[in-house]
Amino acid sequence: MADQTVNQHTLPPNPEKATLEGRNKFLGFWFFLGGETVLFASLFGTYLGLRGGVVSGPGPDDLFHLPLVFIMTMILLTSSLTSVFAIISMKRGNYKGLLVWMWVTVALGLAFLGLEIYEFYEYYHYGLGFTTSAFASSFYTLVGTHGAHVAFGIGWIVTLLIRYRKTGLTLTNAPKFYVAVLYWHFIDVVWVFIFSVVYLMGYGG
Amino acid sequence: MGQHGMDPSAPLTGKPSKKTQRKLRNEMRTQLISFVLMIFLTSMAFISIASDAIPTGFAMPFILLLAVIQVILQLYVFMHLNERGNGWPNAMIWTGVLVAIPTVASLMLLLGIVKW
Amino acid sequence: MSNAKAQSKSVLWDWLTTVDHKKIGIMYLVAGAFFFALGGLEAILMRIQLMFPEFSFVPAQTFNELLTMHGTTMIFLAAMPLLFGFMNYIVPLQIGARDVAFPFLNALGFWLFLFGGILLNVSWFVGGAPDAGWTAYVPLSSESPGTGVDYYVLGLQVSGAGTLIGGINFLVTIINMRAPGMSMMRMPLFTWSTFVASMLILFAFPALTIGLLLLMLERIFGATYFAVDFGGNVIIWQHLFWIFGHPEVYILILPAFGIFSEILSAFSKKRLFGYSAMVFATLIIGFLGFMVWAHHMFTVGMGPVANSIFAVATMAIAVPTGIKIFNWLLTLWGGRIQFTTANLFALAFIPSFTMGGVTGVMLATSAANYQFHDTYFVVAHFHYVIIGGVVLGLFAGAYYWWPRIFGYKLDETLGKWFFWLFLIGFHLTFFVQHFLGLIGMPRRVASYLGGQGLDTMNFISTIGAFLMGIAFIIFVVSIFTSMKNKVTDADPWGNGRTLEWTMPIPTPEYNFAQTPLVRDVDALWYEKYEGDGKMKAAEPLGDIHMPNGSILPFIMSLGLFISSFGFIYYHEGFLWLAILGLVINFGAMFVRSIKEDHGYHIPKEEVIKGGK
Repeated sequence: MADQTVNQHTLPPNPEKATLEGRNKFLGFWFFLGGETVLFASLFGTYLGLRGGVVSGPGPDDLFHLPLVFIMTMILLTSSLTSVFAIISMKRGNYKGLLVWMWVTVALGLAFLGLEIYEFYEYYHYGLGFTTSAFASSFYTLVGTHGAHVAFGIGWIVTLLIRYRKTGLTLTNAPKFYVAVLYWHFIDVVWVFIFSVVYLMGYGG
Repeated sequence: MGQHGMDPSAPLTGKPSKKTQRKLRNEMRTQLISFVLMIFLTSMAFISIASDAIPTGFAMPFILLLAVIQVILQLYVFMHLNERGNGWPNAMIWTGVLVAIPTVASLMLLLGIVKW
Repeated sequence: MSNAKAQSKSVLWDWLTTVDHKKIGIMYLVAGAFFFALGGLEAILMRIQLMFPEFSFVPAQTFNELLTMHGTTMIFLAAMPLLFGFMNYIVPLQIGARDVAFPFLNALGFWLFLFGGILLNVSWFVGGAPDAGWTAYVPLSSESPGTGVDYYVLGLQVSGAGTLIGGINFLVTIINMRAPGMSMMRMPLFTWSTFVASMLILFAFPALTIGLLLLMLERIFGATYFAVDFGGNVIIWQHLFWIFGHPEVYILILPAFGIFSEILSAFSKKRLFGYSAMVFATLIIGFLGFMVWAHHMFTVGMGPVANSIFAVATMAIAVPTGIKIFNWLLTLWGGRIQFTTANLFALAFIPSFTMGGVTGVMLATSAANYQFHDTYFVVAHFHYVIIGGVVLGLFAGAYYWWPRIFGYKLDETLGKWFFWLFLIGFHLTFFVQHFLGLIGMPRRVASYLGGQGLDTMNFISTIGAFLMGIAFIIFVVSIFTSMKNKVTDADPWGNGRTLEWTMPIPTPEYNFAQTPLVRDVDALWYEKYEGDGKMKAAEPLGDIHMPNGSILPFIMSLGLFISSFGFIYYHEGFLWLAILGLVINFGAMFVRSIKEDHGYHIPKEEVIKGGK
């Protein structure tokens, strides 16, 4: 079963999948992402069904300003790339590189999250409260759930980075980092649809 | 499980093989190229909305198409779904997409407002 | 790294911290049986109220609470956990695995389910249970006064998270942990159906999660998704609920199909007829299960084209289901059938479930559906598929696997009494409800006027419910009176076909001293005929690696339980409690993340000793 005899303590080509635990984690996490796809689809569908329900509150074209969204998109996209660098460093056996790139990813994530909070704050001052209209509720729920995912991801990666700051790469922590990076990419996948469907279509249509 | 003596918390040492290193160099290049491509796709999407020259009727399906391409790049390049041995992750993600499409469509269209 | 410490713990602590899939399976069975009895009691109370026209046994509000809690309890807290119990215990054994892929998450899934179930039932004692039906349609649910529906939302959210975790665990277990030679197309049907049901869980439960989240935000934090005067739309809920709710039906029935496939084949001493067609049909049913949810919403007014598409898709499910029915019949054909209690349940399932299937096709006819909708016809239909399919499956599975799980055989004489009383009671209760519905009795009413032709059939229906109640009591009694029928043989039925009948009873904690080598479908049967009746080993005897127990799953679930009360009483100033609960939950997650736990090894000598 687990007997793909790992040559002890030397770096395998895919350290995240070198043990049965690692392979289980890898597979289970992908399946979880499959479920998350439906989770976000439900939120997108709700938003799209309700986005016309503006009533007397502000609507998408009163609120959205593209430059901010563009900057947020670029930040998140770049953080996706830095997490790719982290994994490449891991496979090269460069543990320090892994840690550094992950910290960069976290920093970019924090910047994104800060901008998102600023954005919500702005909208609130334009008169878009959470309970103002069905559009408002569904917008905040969709984008907010994404934001919550970003926040959770940051907390998760920081925990890993602090816990494993001195241990070096092991067969136990390699899958953990790898899976956290998968999660981070998925956050970016969702964001691609958010900026396209919510912001660009809201602004243009 | 014959790895009794193995300590899973011992640091891994050594360098990857020559073959792996070459593979990683190539991968780095692929990742960078797809990153540039993603930046380009994103910019195109924003420009098509921001500029008044492009009619809305074209821009909507266009940005959706760009989004789909970008997501496929993310999944297959950044998240390595293209690698061998990833059949199950592929199956589950695409099943998720298969369920997601009717979900979104019905929540948009089948709300009893417009009769189909 | 020692296994000696396992013995020094108290029994209670051992069960609270266990990550053994067999113990978790037993806990699922016990908790599920408790909730099953509770849901049954609720049903009997409702049937007494409907026994006579304008009867005043329970007030209408209580009736509404009973009907909501009966449905919710039976689906989420009884049927699914009972199936999860069998899956947990049996599937790793059937695939030749020592453990599941995620023992820790498996325990977490159980505790989340249990705390969610308790939370839901706490509502009875604090101002009334949920009263908006198990479907909790808005605006009835979003406007329902009191805290009942809040308990519904949070209880289901917590237990739903547990189910999702369980589903992922089964998927990865079945893919990654199979014994050598056990290819996908050699897996027993129960494992296959567990696999497909887990896929359905994975993709259906997120929709429920979001539906419940929206309802919670609407009720507690004033969101306006379902408030029409704020631009909201009530149909959103119906879609989200049924995108989850329809696959849920298949999450229940597919594992039951799997159980029947095992039992019919074992007790007719024949290989399952059309194995690959059975697998294929299971997959098709799973897929179609996702594409038909709007047939619950034909009267919403989506339009004729939309209704027609969903009607046709629904009817299409009859095809793979028919394939299965015929394959079961052909498995029996020419077999040496033994009429054990387990097999009686399986045999009774075939016609009972087929009747439910036929009314299903009737309901799928969207034009006629306007007539059936919200009448007792629907009630009769889904009880025929759920009781005639799932509950008979659970009882069949209980009798079949009881010696494996508990080490003794259930009494066959009492078992036959139980079976016949239950079967007669079931048909008596629900057969007449078809006609009650057709002559116009709406479902979910607390009473009805006399002299409209409803009296006799309602009375008959209630008598049937009593019979089922008595039958269940006989079953419970037989659990205790049969304890002396100890078995020690690995294969107590003598005709076991699959790997769960290859290890000694009671099952050792590591399941297999040596991982078996699988050479065909029905691996054990193959060895009985082609080999020496014993499984070939795929590895030499050696030390066995086991995971350590942990109290963290319990604490995480407790955190969410506490947090739920904070949300329910948010407006009474209990936000701090919600935060406290979340801190406990995330704290436990944090501890789990930073504390590496590599388990321990059972030394080879002890494995050899245990095998004796």
